[in-house]
Amino acid sequence: MNYEVFIPHNSSFINSTMSFTDQLAQYLISGITQGSIYALIALGFVTIYNVTGIINFSQGEFAVIGAFIAITAAQKVLLFQGQVTVGLEWPLPVAILAGVAGAVLVGVLLYRLGIQPARHASPLSQIVATIGASIALRGLVLLAWGTDPYRLPPFTAGKPLKLLGAVLTRQGVWVMGLAAVAVVGLYLFFQYTLIGKALRASSANPGAARLMGINTRRMGLIAFALSAGLGALGGIVIAPVTFMTYDRGLMLALKGFVAMIMGGLTNPFGAVVGGLTLGIVESLAAGLISSGYKDAFAFAVLFLVLLVRLGGLIKRGSGEALERAGL
Amino acid sequence: MKFSFGQLAVVGLVAVIAAAPAIVGNNYQVFILTLIGLYTMLTVGLSLVMGYAGQVSLGHATFYGVGAYATALLSARAGWPSWAALIVATALTGLMGFVIGVPIFRLRGHYLAMATLGLNVIFSLILKNEAGITGGPSGFTGIPPLAVGRFVFDSDVRMYYLVWTMVLGSLWLSLNIVNSRVGRALRAIHASEVAAETLGVDANAYKLRVFALAAGFAGLAGGLYAQAVHFISPSSFDILVSVELVTMTAIGGLASVWGSVFGAATVVFLGQFIRDKMALVLAGASGEQEIIVFGLLLVIIMVFLPEGLTAGGLKLIRRWRMADGR
Repeated sequence: MNYEVFIPHNSSFINSTMSFTDQLAQYLISGITQGSIYALIALGFVTIYNVTGIINFSQGEFAVIGAFIAITAAQKVLLFQGQVTVGLEWPLPVAILAGVAGAVLVGVLLYRLGIQPARHASPLSQIVATIGASIALRGLVLLAWGTDPYRLPPFTAGKPLKLLGAVLTRQGVWVMGLAAVAVVGLYLFFQYTLIGKALRASSANPGAARLMGINTRRMGLIAFALSAGLGALGGIVIAPVTFMTYDRGLMLALKGFVAMIMGGLTNPFGAVVGGLTLGIVESLAAGLISSGYKDAFAFAVLFLVLLVRLGGLIKRGSGEALERAGL
Repeated sequence: MKFSFGQLAVVGLVAVIAAAPAIVGNNYQVFILTLIGLYTMLTVGLSLVMGYAGQVSLGHATFYGVGAYATALLSARAGWPSWAALIVATALTGLMGFVIGVPIFRLRGHYLAMATLGLNVIFSLILKNEAGITGGPSGFTGIPPLAVGRFVFDSDVRMYYLVWTMVLGSLWLSLNIVNSRVGRALRAIHASEVAAETLGVDANAYKLRVFALAAGFAGLAGGLYAQAVHFISPSSFDILVSVELVTMTAIGGLASVWGSVFGAATVVFLGQFIRDKMALVLAGASGEQEIIVFGLLLVIIMVFLPEGLTAGGLKLIRRWRMADGR
């Protein structure tokens, strides 16, 4: 089965009786829902990039792994071509926590085994190494869960809501809400906790941070753990909306990266704005121009942003922009 | 007359290539060896781009696909003679590399990596969506075999010799480039683009030419692939193939022309081996599980053996020996 068959979720509420403005509202809502996920993944990118200077191409795999672990913890699942049966059936909140924790563990292992030993390697080697990690993780998920699509039950049952003549599913509310909570939480964390301040210090000036007794390697580890958790949260919260398949990680990572660039590379709030914008552009373009080329629009946007104006939509990540953004 | 070690190695390699079909015997294995040849051609180009010019390309399968589909369309749809289709498709792909290179090489590092990935994603989407032209996800059938005059390359063995002749040609061309003024300029760009430019090397022009050449190699490989199997589908040219090509290049050593033969052979044989074993361990396992191993290999090589499996491995062993001696 191909998950793309199910993606038309974006337009599944569209029917011929809707007025054009209602349709637009529907595309907008779908776009914001999808964009929230891109925003979460872009936040993960920004966190890792700011602290370690690495673009982690395996970012999308965190979302996939988190979602698959949560799905396995929440319902009966056959693994390894039916050779292993897992029937934990934990309550949903526990399963979600398990998914996030599992992805964080993967993120920590990735940093320790793959990233940290390569910190003096050339950027080209680092890029290729994280691509390798992404492919290996994708293969592991394929080995365990196979090619079938999986989905989580919606977090809360009930009828979808009506908003401006468009339909908003309850899970859509969860997606937007959790993304908003994550952004605010991240801001508070970076602004007001000691670890958050230490992370900011190691990104602003690693040498000085070390002199102040900050263990910058530990900070890299925390950045990977944090962004793995963010990615997993995104994957889990979208799993009831669209089916999760083993091969979605790379595309999610690419979209998250586009969002990050749109937001000016180092700016967490920019990343969120970039993610939402990308989601809306994609949803509108898929609905109004061509749904078959949905994934191509993100790259059209990428090329446009990269080639016309390398600074991103929001001002280039100068030191001043960093301070304003609280990172 | 005296021969150097390198010359003897080349003679040895040519002898092995010439004798291989007679040794392996069955047609399927000859086809696998042909496939290795095609991947070698792709990998040589990629090693020029990545190893010598130092530019990331994660979308090389795009050019492979353009060559394959252009050959297919020109020969099966437009009714051109197959040899003309192959030549024009190769030239077109090279030209496309040049044209795409102009905007894309304004980018560097991560941006370039993402842009080339994006190129591959868009290409795959076009192949799947424009079913009227490309046959869509189910593929393009009925591609005629290559024929020159009355001689038709319609058997696995004939195709094998043709492909490997082309491979040796591309290796020879690449070695000449690497050991020429152009090669030195490329290495200078890799070491420091700014320094190279200060010394009067037009970095962008060199990068573009190498990229176009690599695209041309890929186009030729794609056209030959289409004419060897008579059927092509989008999955042969997607991102995973691009990553596999990078793996081959990395295994052979990014900056190693000869290494590309080794890299291509290792990945193809390893892939076959893993698929066979996987079928025994996990009945009903489908899909590309071997990517676990390729992914891990890629990480390990990039982190610990950046010079490739052979050169890096030898160096590591030498270091251990020296540590033991003390």
